[in-house]
Amino acid sequence: MTTDAVETTVADLRAVRRRRRVLVVAGMTLVVLVAGTGALLVGAAGLTPGQAIAGAVGLGDKGDVFIIQKLRLPRIEAAVVVGAAFGLAGALFQSTLRNPLASPDILGISSGASLGAVTGLLALGLSGVVLSAMAFAGAGLVALAIWLLAWRKGLHSIRFVLVGVGFAYLCSSLVAWSMARAEENEAAGVLIWTVGSVSDIRGDQLALVATGTLVLSVAVAAVSRTQGPLSLGDDNARSLGVGVDAARIGTLLLAVALVALATSAAGPIAFVALVAPAIARRLVNDGGAALVASAATGAALTLVADVAGQHALLGVAAPVGIVTGLVGAPYLLWLLATTEKRSR
Amino acid sequence: MTNLRAEGVSLGYDGLRVIEGLDLTLPDGKITAVVGPNACGKSTLLRGLARLHPLDGGRITLDGTDITAMPRKELARRVGMLPQSSIAPDGVRVAELVSRGRYPHQGWFGRHSSDDDAVVTTALRSTGVAELADRPVAELSGGQRQRVWIAMVLAQQTDIVLLDEPTTFLDVRHQLDLLDLLTELNRDRGTTVAMVLHELNLAARYADHLVVMSAGRIVAEGAPADVLTREVVSEAFGLRAQVVPDPVAGSPLVVPVGRFHSSAVEPSAVEPSAS
Repeated sequence: MTTDAVETTVADLRAVRRRRRVLVVAGMTLVVLVAGTGALLVGAAGLTPGQAIAGAVGLGDKGDVFIIQKLRLPRIEAAVVVGAAFGLAGALFQSTLRNPLASPDILGISSGASLGAVTGLLALGLSGVVLSAMAFAGAGLVALAIWLLAWRKGLHSIRFVLVGVGFAYLCSSLVAWSMARAEENEAAGVLIWTVGSVSDIRGDQLALVATGTLVLSVAVAAVSRTQGPLSLGDDNARSLGVGVDAARIGTLLLAVALVALATSAAGPIAFVALVAPAIARRLVNDGGAALVASAATGAALTLVADVAGQHALLGVAAPVGIVTGLVGAPYLLWLLATTEKRSR
Repeated sequence: MTNLRAEGVSLGYDGLRVIEGLDLTLPDGKITAVVGPNACGKSTLLRGLARLHPLDGGRITLDGTDITAMPRKELARRVGMLPQSSIAPDGVRVAELVSRGRYPHQGWFGRHSSDDDAVVTTALRSTGVAELADRPVAELSGGQRQRVWIAMVLAQQTDIVLLDEPTTFLDVRHQLDLLDLLTELNRDRGTTVAMVLHELNLAARYADHLVVMSAGRIVAEGAPADVLTREVVSEAFGLRAQVVPDPVAGSPLVVPVGRFHSSAVEPSAVEPSAS
């Protein structure tokens, strides 16, 4: 009789945790819907809900259709897709490397993308999709370099993070140096690759980033089962039957691909990959990697930051990366302060 | 019959050989304790047996099969290992952590079945942490936490369980609780237990088979009463000691002699226990 009672408890406890995960994702989805609706209606040209819906389905005033379909909707979609990619990638980095500070910003992978793009822009005069490819290559190269320097008979998390921090400084310095040497009119185009923006992602590029993110997410789902054992440390993971190095390589490759893809379109949007998983994990609070919740949080965070950057900041339209930086940095400090207290 | 055996095994770190050509068979269905001074290679040996540490030479077999030739997941269904000082991720709850022991038994999608729940429940129960199921692991005391980790290894349902210094950081009462728990596991389920222990006298009391190591080799192994002599303690630990019968269990009790306390009672003056 008592056995039955505890058995229900184990199943019940798991159901409670699952409900909580679903709730967090639903909440973030709601935030996306509210912020997205707001972003559709508010702007230089204010639209009524009726006009917006008509515009979205291609009916109504030509100007409205253009504003909705070519300007506002793609920007919302871009923020959601890119934010989700950053959030998911950050969660993968943090759980795989067992370090809450591991994120593409800190590891220099985002700055690698910036460096690739800035080099392409200033030295080679590239633009468009080729320039995005340069950013992708930059992120990939930095990840590979970190890998080669950090690998010593297996991947050691702390060495990976420290080598990454070194590369972040190196790439940022090179970007700054390139900008200092650039002409004034060129430097404006470079800026976007250092702060990140979703204002110019549309059409084929948006479709590419969205499809790529979707495909990578499916791949993540396929390997995500190893995250539970991996979060217990290498020895425990191996004892539970996980091939630790292979699992880690696979997960990090997917995370790097997600970051490279998102950064190649939007530039390095500061702190989303670092902060979104931290928020998601805190909300879900089950000791898991909170992958889906992190993606949803990343999407919500990026969209809200972009809307805020367009409308809320003292009449200045700021790129999304500036807003996430302004919000993310204090949050990071708060996180560090409270974590410190808790661990005592 | 599941025999874990080391055959001419060499282990080391970055070119530094810790163990050279060591042979050891864990007796099936028995409790084996490995003791020895710091840095004698006892933990390294255990890690090698669990395939946590690559071999520099020799092989480790399970029922005659080289364990490196087995898929890791299959090995994980037969040999469980509790490494030294595991740290639970932030926020993870007891039931969830113990459930992770089911990983090697689950398929690609890893849904928890009701069988898994039953196994997890039994593991929680037999380690006495069932009422803590919903508590975050980080909030537990050291003794409770160690029980939770052992519950995770139990949920793995392996015939062989290896433990690397499971009693470290526990006070003496919790050390006994834990060793009693492992004895129960061994008696009730016939689980083969092998553990590295620091506390010689507890090792002698709880082990069926005692392995004394020093400088990467086995100094002596066998029944504790045969193995733990003054000579062996002196050879392995470089320690002068008297060995008297444990008044409670009758197993050998090592009483070390330091520099400042001369022996008041000669070993011959102590009555041998009845058993």
